[in-house]
Amino acid sequence: MRLQAVDVTLGYGDRTVVDGLDLGIETGTVTTIIGPNGCGKSTLLRALGRLLKPTGGRVLLDGKRIDRLAGRDVAKILGILPQTPTAPEGLTVADLVARGRHPHQSWYRQWSSDDEGVVAEALQLTGLLDLAERPLDELSGGQRQRAWISMALAQGTDLLLLDEPTTFLDLAHQVEVLDLVRRLHGRGGSTIVMVLHDLNLAARYADRLVAMRDGRIVTAGTPREVLTEEMLLAVFGLEAKVVPCPVSGAPLVVPIGRAS
Amino acid sequence: MNAPAPVTRITAGKALRLRGVSWLVRLRALVLTLAGAAALLSLMALSTTIGDIPLTVGDVAAATFGDTPNSFVVRELRLPRALTGALVGAALALSGAITQAIARNPLASTDVLGVTQGASVAVVALIVLTGAAYGGVSGGLSLLGVPAVALAGGLLGAAAVYALAWRRGLEGHRLVLVGIGVAAVFSNVKYWLLTVGDVNDSGRAMVWISGSLHARGWEHVLPVGLALAVLVPAALFGSRSLAALRFGDDTVTGLGVRTNHARSVLIFIAVLLAAVATASAGPIAFVALAAPQIALRVAGTPQPPLVVSALTGAVLTVAADLVARTLFSPVELPVGVVTAVIGAPYLVYLLIRIRRERRA
Repeated sequence: MRLQAVDVTLGYGDRTVVDGLDLGIETGTVTTIIGPNGCGKSTLLRALGRLLKPTGGRVLLDGKRIDRLAGRDVAKILGILPQTPTAPEGLTVADLVARGRHPHQSWYRQWSSDDEGVVAEALQLTGLLDLAERPLDELSGGQRQRAWISMALAQGTDLLLLDEPTTFLDLAHQVEVLDLVRRLHGRGGSTIVMVLHDLNLAARYADRLVAMRDGRIVTAGTPREVLTEEMLLAVFGLEAKVVPCPVSGAPLVVPIGRAS
Repeated sequence: MNAPAPVTRITAGKALRLRGVSWLVRLRALVLTLAGAAALLSLMALSTTIGDIPLTVGDVAAATFGDTPNSFVVRELRLPRALTGALVGAALALSGAITQAIARNPLASTDVLGVTQGASVAVVALIVLTGAAYGGVSGGLSLLGVPAVALAGGLLGAAAVYALAWRRGLEGHRLVLVGIGVAAVFSNVKYWLLTVGDVNDSGRAMVWISGSLHARGWEHVLPVGLALAVLVPAALFGSRSLAALRFGDDTVTGLGVRTNHARSVLIFIAVLLAAVATASAGPIAFVALAAPQIALRVAGTPQPPLVVSALTGAVLTVAADLVARTLFSPVELPVGVVTAVIGAPYLVYLLIRIRRERRA
């Protein structure tokens, strides 16, 4: 198990969002965290990615407390793409992706041939090589998201956390981004943790689902185990039918209405 | 598989590599640095030839390196003045470049760090309350006293801004707002002191708070020179973090940068630069604001390049002092008046430009 949360309590200021939660991320899987708005799924992901320090409990990366490791060392093992990341104006795709090499660089090692190779490869994998010199602001939403994923790839980590990588994208672009995630996973068997809103896409693209409500994990397992009519009622307060997806066979949620 | 993309596609620079060491050289910045240094040297040479006793460049060189009748004028009066101007301008510009990058705001300058206003209040208080104009503070003490008090006031002002802006971390936007607020308070205290003070004291204080290079000697050159010798390498060392800090906090933290730590260290460097510069020449207006923005536009970089900014600041200040000295000769203007006259329209231009960019 690469990444583990042990009895973590998370919050902002006085507000506790997650209280005494345990979660293990299995090596080489794509895990997706689902749950209603405000259930603490992004907060949990931020804590797993060392962006938020737990107020209680601990997060372990390869068995070591993540908050006691140097930030740079963590950044060489674990990449995190925050929700709606911001880049400075006028930045080109290549410059953004090159920034992913930051943890591997220093004042005497500013741009090695390694850096160059990895960045070129990351651009290639995300299909952005031809757009490398374009400013980020000129790209479509899907391309921009691919550029950010490309930057996380350039970081060269085999552990990748993605916080709602499909927000603000239309369905076609959502599928495009998730196909890319799946392809990256298939390539090196890297461990990926995502937060997603769309349950059907989550079921289709994840090996494991973790369903959260009110800062707790209600259930975790394969999409087939987790995505049931009972779970939808308990976690989302949603009455729905779950049928097999005609394309992939994964569970498909057909909402009926909000449970009264 | 396509062939790997060439370097130039990925970064604006060219990599020089040797046994695990790789340096990124940006040709345009290099050319600009050399051009800036050449411009600065020519301006300083020009500045040392002009005055009550007109000299040629040859005279100046002879007087500097040998003993000629002009040696006193050149070595003790003109050279230290030009050097103080160059060093102070460089320090202010570098400080401004760092501040603008941290605040992610082209209108931020060292004024928002609380340094200049803190120093102004302290110096005005010293002059007005001790009646320095009548010799309340005698020659030697006032010479040492004003820079020391300015330094202390500047650092205290910065500490106040920093303490008020810290909320479980340092955030650029909040720093600017707090800085503006604190500056307003300090500035009112300063004006109150000027009004209650004796007319002659207030007059002398006014010259100081305009920023002046009048009668600057080696004792002014040395502290700024030493500070720059330490702080320029420190700033360059931190420029990698500075570049990363342009991104959102989560992204930067994810890249392994200790955001609050890096920001605090860089702000501290900016504060020291501004405080030392202000202690030597008073709060010269607009150099810290304008020089980094000019450098940024000339160099075509996304954020103010540090070395080019420093050189631009030095050139601006020496040029402004030359104008201040010669325009209404024999009456001399404080250099800060000239930089303000140039700087104010520039600020307006910048505001209009930013509004246009936002609308586009």
